[in-house]
Amino acid sequence: MAKENLVEVVNLKKYFNVGKNKVLKAVDDVSFNIKRGETLGLVGESGCGKTTCGRTILGLYDATDGHVYFDGKDVHAMGKKDKLNFKKDAQMIFQDPYASLDPRMTIGEIIGEGMDVHFNLSNKEREEKINELLHTVGLNQEHASRFPHELSGGQRQRIGIARALAVEPKFIVCDEPISALDVSIQAQIVNLLIKLQNEMGLAYLFISHDLSMVKHISDRVGVMYLGSIVELAPSANIYKKPLHPYTKALISAIPIPDPKIEDTRKRIKLEGEVPSPINPPAGCKFNKRCVYAMDKCSQITPELKELEKDHFVACHLY
Amino acid sequence: MEKILEVKDLNISFHTYAGEVKAVRGVSFDLHRGESLAIVGESGCGKTVTAKSIMRLLKEPPAEIKPGSQIIFDGKEDIVKMNRKRLKSFRGADVSMIFQDPMTSLNPTMTVGKQIMETLQIHKGMNKIEAKKEAIELLKIVNIPNPEVRINNYPHQLSGGMRQRVMIAMAISCNPKILIADEPTTALDVTIQAQIMDLLNELKDKFNTAIILITHDLGVVANFADKVQVMYAGEIIERGTREEIFYKSMHPYTWALLNSVPRLDTESKQELYSLGGTPPDLILPLKGCAFSSRCEYAMEICLERKPETTQLSPTHSLCCWLQHPDAPKVNRSEVVRGEING
Ligand SMILES: Nc1ncnc2c1ncn2[C@@H]1O[C@H](COP(=O)(O)OP(=O)(O)OP(=O)(O)O)[C@@H](O)[C@H]1O
Ligand SMILES: Nc1ncnc2c1ncn2[C@@H]1O[C@H](COP(=O)(O)OP(=O)(O)OP(=O)(O)O)[C@@H](O)[C@H]1O
Ligand code: SF4
Ligand SMILES: [Mg+2]
Ligand SMILES: [Mg+2]
Repeated sequence: MAKENLVEVVNLKKYFNVGKNKVLKAVDDVSFNIKRGETLGLVGESGCGKTTCGRTILGLYDATDGHVYFDGKDVHAMGKKDKLNFKKDAQMIFQDPYASLDPRMTIGEIIGEGMDVHFNLSNKEREEKINELLHTVGLNQEHASRFPHELSGGQRQRIGIARALAVEPKFIVCDEPISALDVSIQAQIVNLLIKLQNEMGLAYLFISHDLSMVKHISDRVGVMYLGSIVELAPSANIYKKPLHPYTKALISAIPIPDPKIEDTRKRIKLEGEVPSPINPPAGCKFNKRCVYAMDKCSQITPELKELEKDHFVACHLY
Repeated sequence: MEKILEVKDLNISFHTYAGEVKAVRGVSFDLHRGESLAIVGESGCGKTVTAKSIMRLLKEPPAEIKPGSQIIFDGKEDIVKMNRKRLKSFRGADVSMIFQDPMTSLNPTMTVGKQIMETLQIHKGMNKIEAKKEAIELLKIVNIPNPEVRINNYPHQLSGGMRQRVMIAMAISCNPKILIADEPTTALDVTIQAQIMDLLNELKDKFNTAIILITHDLGVVANFADKVQVMYAGEIIERGTREEIFYKSMHPYTWALLNSVPRLDTESKQELYSLGGTPPDLILPLKGCAFSSRCEYAMEICLERKPETTQLSPTHSLCCWLQHPDAPKVNRSEVVRGEING
């Protein structure tokens, strides 16, 4: 019987050596699950480890410690056959669209590459499928013969999306998939992702700085800070009732497309220097910037606790 | 206020296999010292190409800045006619740019510290030690923790948002007169984004830097811009002050743009409003209004003839046949939100 959880991340760590015996703890003991057909949003400060987490889940980085199970199988200890299946079933839409596209290949070749490995299509079927994919991401077949440098930023980003969808995966790590798109195409892509999810039960890890979009698409949202998850809850809760002081600051800074509101509103400003994953502060990693910090915050690391049903938070205030 | 930049009838094409891609079609605008101008519009409408042409960064060929185009800098020089030597001193010092794709403009084989130091050594004549000190200071200004360690990192060792901030540091390092910021905060979380926008505001106030901001984030536009220009298929279709665009816009495309923004109060996973159809192929000649194939108000004339510019106030103008005295009167409040096409 298929398990309910498609992806299980258990105490995952990813450290980088950055010279002179210095270790950078990009992902530091992170655990969560993603169910079939579910979207988990992942948000947090720039550099907090979201991309590294996504890449390690997909086996693009070895794990320093901990495990990732996909459909019950350990991603970092798979045999050849399982690995090939996993490479088809789990896809990534990369944050840096240009860097992830081979500049010497045409758009058609880029999208078709994965299809050639995993499916047995005739030339005609292949071409039809490529055109169909281009169309679903709001481009047209005229773009198939172009090279990446001949496209605008948002057009490139959509090639990354089409490429991920081409192999009909079960799970996609979407790393800032819509950041270079205008709002109308953003809406179009997000509608598409939701439609595919409804029809085919796709699961997503949706990494984004656009908090309104994350709220819209996610069933649950995890908030990361300096390599750790500090809050995890159903998406409506995170926005209505953020508990962690970092989450509160984040929600208060969402820009609103209305000049009058923008001119008068107050943000919670995060004071203090942004800490570094090379020498993170002891205790709660947020303590140096937290307005509620108490003595024990700089001594004891708070555990992720379930405060209400499905609402987890790691903070000594609770 | 003094004009620092006058763009006059800018036309840019790319010569490709399939034909001539007319990416920018007759764009004109002014930029004053200390002013912030936002350019918004659909993906592929020509924002980056316009911006790059101001620094003459387009590879010519395949790009061609068409005869008759002028980009006057500081009332004196035509950037289109600058020679290579002048361009070298011009870029970085007079105008600098934060690029949309950080990975393409950072050198992957060089540490980020070296890259920042290089700019400082070239344009500010600093020696190595001074440049290093200044590079660390700049990284601190853009909020990168542990800058002493980070200057020794290669681009791939940084997160997406850190790379973006390195580029911002490089772009502001020489106090340019014009700063072009092409999607400068897409990889940043909202708290750091707010700090970066504060930083850009400071540049404006302190050094009277003029800023061209290209962004899809209308929240950032609402917060930052003095003036807004809306582009569609290589043309500016509406322009105005921030207030005019957000509260009094009259172009159907601007309405569609404003209506597509997801808001925190919409129901989760409900279908979002999105403009149906695709933008016109820029290789084919455009007949009539470029937006007509997707416009829900399009009239017969819209398909036939290009609309003239209508001036609604000294700062607010647009190109749309609905402004014709005989056209039916519609306004944005009548646009049904949540109406879904495609
Ligand atoms: N080297 C090139 N060859 C052919 N076409 C090009 C080239 N560079 C850009 N284009 C085309 O010119 C048009 C304008 O591109 P530009 O990069 O200015 O768009 P943009 O408004 O910045 O879009 P985005 O918001 O997606 O970044 C696009 O349709 C693009 O495909
Ligand atoms: N290959 C690498 N070598 C060394 N350090 C790395 C490497 N990749 C990432 N890091 C470091 O790991 C940390 C987390 O980076 P990551 O890219 O995961 O952040 P992120 O949350 O995705 O940030 P952003 O929102 O800016 O994209 C950063 O401090 C980064 O410098
Ligand atoms: S000119 Fe016509 S087609 Fe173009 S935006 Fe106005 S109403 Fe729509
Ligand atoms: Mg990232
Ligand atoms: Mg662009």
